[in-house]
Amino acid sequence: MKSRWLLLLLAASGAWGQVTFDRILEANKEPQNWLTYSGTEMSQRHSLLTQITPANVKDLELQWVFQAHSLEKFEATPLVVNGILYTVQAPNDVVAIDAVTGRVFWVYEYAPSPDSHVCCGRVNRGLAILGDTLFMGTIDGHLLAIDARSGKPIWNVTVANAAAGYSLMHAPLVVKDKVIVGAAGGEFGIRGFLAAYDARTGKQAWKFYTIPGPGEPGNETWAGDSWMHGGASIWVTGSYDPKLNLTYWGVGNPGPDWNSDVRAGSNLYSDCVVALDADTGKLKWYFQFSPHDDFDYDSVQVPVLADMEWKGKMRRVMLWANRNGFYYVLDRTTGEFLQGKPFSKVTWTTGLDDSGHPVRIASANPTREGTLVYPGVQGATNWFSPSYSPHTGLFYIPAWDNYSSVFSKLPAEYVEGRRYTAGAPRSPVASLRGPQVINRTEEEGYGAVRAFDPKTGVRKWEFKMADVTSAGILTTASDLLFTGGREGYFWVLDARTGQELWRANVGGDVASGAMTYAVNGRQYVSISAGSSLFTYALRRNQ
Amino acid sequence: MMRPFLFLMITCGCLFAQHSFTVIDVEDGGRLYRANCTICHGAEGNGVPGIDLAHNKFRRAKDDDDIAAIIRTGIAGTAMPPNNFSDFQALTIVAYLRSIAAATAATTSGGDPARGKAIYDGKGNCASCHRIRGAGSRTGPDLSEIGNLRLAGELERAIITPDADVPAQHRHFQGVTKEGATITGTLLNEDKYSVQILDAKDRLVSVERSNLRESTIVEKGLMPSYKGKLTSSELADLVSYLVSLKSVELK
Repeated sequence: MKSRWLLLLLAASGAWGQVTFDRILEANKEPQNWLTYSGTEMSQRHSLLTQITPANVKDLELQWVFQAHSLEKFEATPLVVNGILYTVQAPNDVVAIDAVTGRVFWVYEYAPSPDSHVCCGRVNRGLAILGDTLFMGTIDGHLLAIDARSGKPIWNVTVANAAAGYSLMHAPLVVKDKVIVGAAGGEFGIRGFLAAYDARTGKQAWKFYTIPGPGEPGNETWAGDSWMHGGASIWVTGSYDPKLNLTYWGVGNPGPDWNSDVRAGSNLYSDCVVALDADTGKLKWYFQFSPHDDFDYDSVQVPVLADMEWKGKMRRVMLWANRNGFYYVLDRTTGEFLQGKPFSKVTWTTGLDDSGHPVRIASANPTREGTLVYPGVQGATNWFSPSYSPHTGLFYIPAWDNYSSVFSKLPAEYVEGRRYTAGAPRSPVASLRGPQVINRTEEEGYGAVRAFDPKTGVRKWEFKMADVTSAGILTTASDLLFTGGREGYFWVLDARTGQELWRANVGGDVASGAMTYAVNGRQYVSISAGSSLFTYALRRNQ
Repeated sequence: MMRPFLFLMITCGCLFAQHSFTVIDVEDGGRLYRANCTICHGAEGNGVPGIDLAHNKFRRAKDDDDIAAIIRTGIAGTAMPPNNFSDFQALTIVAYLRSIAAATAATTSGGDPARGKAIYDGKGNCASCHRIRGAGSRTGPDLSEIGNLRLAGELERAIITPDADVPAQHRHFQGVTKEGATITGTLLNEDKYSVQILDAKDRLVSVERSNLRESTIVEKGLMPSYKGKLTSSELADLVSYLVSLKSVELK
């Protein structure tokens, strides 16, 4: 005990340097830390820590539990910097925790405005850090800078108007000296945008509307003035390629969600991935997965960046399993479509054409009476983090299959601060918060972890669940895969075969991505379930 | 999280003859007061002519129950509206008003915030221990929003007689390890087995009690008294600057 404590002090004194942007860019050089939402700015959610292996994973043991003072579930992925774990207790309290013992250092309490409107839970998906400062978006549309050591606020800037339905849900992304956030609220008729703020001062550096205004290219893809309330939210954190100086973001659905009569056109840049110059916010390229979407197939996925040999030469690619049921590979320098294949049951299109655009089936549209369509409203996957392992060469996604909704449309009328969705999809599978008992058949929908060869799109294996899953996926260089699901299990799978190696009952919906870190040479894995955060490590005296 | 009135129960308990309130009640009342009452009555309670809530000066009310009733039902024909509080919530506001009345009122007034900032940065050397909007030291309390948490009189008292009332969240921890090393820092959290501090090098550290030979919680001597070091007008300036620090929100 004595020596361990001394080690802790020594480690702490040598490693308390500031989190520079160079450190974030090279986060793989310090896998003991987790410095950004998806682990690195390539967003592979893949860790180089290898202490926990397929051989010893059976010796995982619970180290500590943090129970949030919140009835909302955790959707945040924690950060860990030099033995301190930072996370968000829903909706917007920042907590600093000793990553070894789970003891709380401080809580920064934030009371969001009663004006805040959120469609899908008063939740938050995490923090960013730069220097000694943490950054958090709030459900009432503010971006906050908080001292990582004392938990005291440094600045607080209004990014968007909460009363009009704007909110900030995702973990901000730090690029150089800027903090990038995007507005959510597509179910309330917002006009989405991404904006960058000076990390030191909170001053806005640039703003990119995800719906072009009059006179801008793309505005013609919105009939009339529908661009004003067309949604195109940002729900999850983007990625960054330092060589190209491009930052990539998935954009949400057009609104109103299920009655598209008022918004004829392809509705750019809804359901797109956009590539922006990180210094100016200027659009470099975009790729639209679901033009003129009327199923709520947001492209709210983390852009996973990978460098791999593609037909004989190295390419900078982007891997993307979309809510619309297709898996895509894009060239991330140009946005060129390289490949796309369905990964679950799809009935709204006959497939993708050579440029990657879906060929719609005319009868597959929301109607007043209701139309049965696969995948259902939550999509074949959603905001849940995928993982790419350069070690196995496989791409892993949380998938919902055999999942459908009956899409009905209703009249659309925009009223500020009210829901602007104009429809009522119904499904055998509950959208957000599953019931505590289920009694469905596999034909009515199930969840799975699926592993693909990213080059061919061929599925290598599948790990089926009885219920669906909102859990992200973590892989490690020791070829382990960590995930969970609505059933309340924390699973560790063999990343090469999909075989279950170990599980723990964590008793609640696992609705965030697992992450891993190390302190004093000991590897830990944290996973949330419900409003609790569970942290595991190998039993001592191995 | 902040418990600025923790200490007041001791000093003003005698004034609560009619009702008993806990520290938490007083805090809750303060929150309700700041959210609902300051727009007319002001943070200092003297925003309406002829009424000084922080000095037990009322026009009509004779006792706690009278005040609580007015808070709930308002006064017809005046700007005092009815409020949708429970009896108990109204009484917590009374408890808060009584508590600030019991705290020392400011003896200085008319300070200039700009001159106060110069004293904070210069003669007072305040940033050597305190921090505002990320600038300064973390040794003492962060003052970024202190004007929203404390009244002028409380700030004045904290500057002149800092040891008189040290809120729990500003206590320090001092320990000596079995090896003889000294550990000091702001006490953040503790349990039976460990203590969490922000140490003298601004590191968040969890210390296991089993590794300590001795430990103590330090409440006195953390901040020097500025009595006799600042003129009364300098003190007024400094206090007015601190009172102006309401929020880190950028406009």
